Amino acid sequence: MQKGNASTFDSPQIRFLLRLPLPRSLSHFAGRKLFRFLLTVQGLGAFSLITLGVVLTKFRAARRLIWPLVFHETSRAGLRLLPMFLFMAAALGLLVIGQTVSWLTRLGAIKYLGTIMVIVVVRELGPLVAGLLILARIGTANVVELGTARALGEVEALEALGIDPVHYLVVPRVLGLVIGVFSLTAYLILGSLLSGYLWAFLQDVPLRPSDYFRQLAGALSGLDFALLALKTIAFGFIIAIVTCYHGLAQPLHLEEVSFATVRAVAQSVIACVLLDALFIVIYLAA
Amino acid sequence: MERSPQTELAIEMRGVAVGALRDQTLVVVEEINWQVFATDYWVIAGLQGAGKSDFLMMTGGLMPPLAGTYKLFGEEMPIFEDARLKQRLRMGLVFETGQLFNQLTVAENIALPLRYHQNLGKPEARERVQPILEALELGPLADSTPGAIGRNWQKRVGLARALVLKPELLVVDGPLTGLDLRHISWWQRFLNDLSRGHPLLEGKPMTMVVTAADLRPWKDSARHFAILKEKRLSILGSWSQIERGSQELVHELLAT
Repeated sequence: MQKGNASTFDSPQIRFLLRLPLPRSLSHFAGRKLFRFLLTVQGLGAFSLITLGVVLTKFRAARRLIWPLVFHETSRAGLRLLPMFLFMAAALGLLVIGQTVSWLTRLGAIKYLGTIMVIVVVRELGPLVAGLLILARIGTANVVELGTARALGEVEALEALGIDPVHYLVVPRVLGLVIGVFSLTAYLILGSLLSGYLWAFLQDVPLRPSDYFRQLAGALSGLDFALLALKTIAFGFIIAIVTCYHGLAQPLHLEEVSFATVRAVAQSVIACVLLDALFIVIYLAA
Repeated sequence: MERSPQTELAIEMRGVAVGALRDQTLVVVEEINWQVFATDYWVIAGLQGAGKSDFLMMTGGLMPPLAGTYKLFGEEMPIFEDARLKQRLRMGLVFETGQLFNQLTVAENIALPLRYHQNLGKPEARERVQPILEALELGPLADSTPGAIGRNWQKRVGLARALVLKPELLVVDGPLTGLDLRHISWWQRFLNDLSRGHPLLEGKPMTMVVTAADLRPWKDSARHFAILKEKRLSILGSWSQIERGSQELVHELLAT
């Protein structure tokens, strides 16, 4: 055996092996994955543009039918999830803020509390947790409902009646999810910050409410509000588009609906995390 | 029935090829040269798998023809643009299994096209739907969801939904398939009434295209017959022409 990595990789046998093509099945697998990824990106891009086009061009069309559907979807992705979100806010307050406040007090760094809270809860955990919870509760339901409708021929029935399926099925879901993620994130953040203080108070941390909220207010900037709004709107839009696309855009058989749901959830999570990373870059650059 | 020279051409197909709805690269029927004039009553028969439903879905404008030209009331099909939608809505399409919206009630299913195209609220739409519910004996089922009613009635709701916009041409896929005898005779009578002019449509005769697995139930009502066999649409003419023609051919095509 030769000594050192360089000499190991320099051997004629290894050089020969490196020149060999990848195993056929492996290269096929990677190629298939890459093409499927590119096709999905293309499909999602086209579907987003079509949906935006329909929102803009048919904003006032059939409003006595479509707007009640938008309210229904907003209620489903917003108001009806409020109890779960209040529970999550209390849990988040206990798990993150209660502990952070307690440790910062022990370390004598309580003056950084506001900054830490804004970074952890307002910028990161709030929008991401809200987005993922809504994906689990509403996004999956979207894929199942639309996939079943597609498999049972309801989409063809809409087309036969001259009803635009994107207008009737997708637009209310997109608007409902955008409004829902935005509102529930705000509730989640407010609830977490309040419950966090409550948990800290129960641990006898010497911090008055006025000091706590003054620190929070001092750490928040206009950019935080603007980017929070943009991020939640983007999360809602992405979740709605990815789930509606997988339910509606391709012909499905009933047995394929569960696979479509799994694909939609995985792609929504990846898209939201990537978008989150993009927002971190914007924060750091700003 | 003789046509006047001014009779409008409802459907005109020249050299049309039809793909399968699930796989549009697969040719199901080809070389279709067919004309349907206003107030005609056509029955297209064919065995299971002959492509009747795909042919009708293409006729209904759900997919483009793979080849040739297809015009509906003089307009190139399919129509997906909003600007030509009015022309497209001159045709109503009834699916073989009804294809109702499962989350809506029967009345809401029927009212949906009215609410979408005429921007009606729920109460106004319900009022407009009431005569159709009564004419099709669906009143007692109005607040049921499709899953709670039998297949016989689901098909009838599909018919009501197609009629609500008062189309001039009605395309019906397999209306008698899977029905019990009472419903079969109701459908034959009702479609016959529509073709002669039903009070629901202010007595205006409706152009009809119907697919069926067997021509015989239609011999007293339909005026033109055709058959789908070996990827071709063969025009048979009227029932008297069928009777005068080769019985053997009809028996073979109908597998009787």
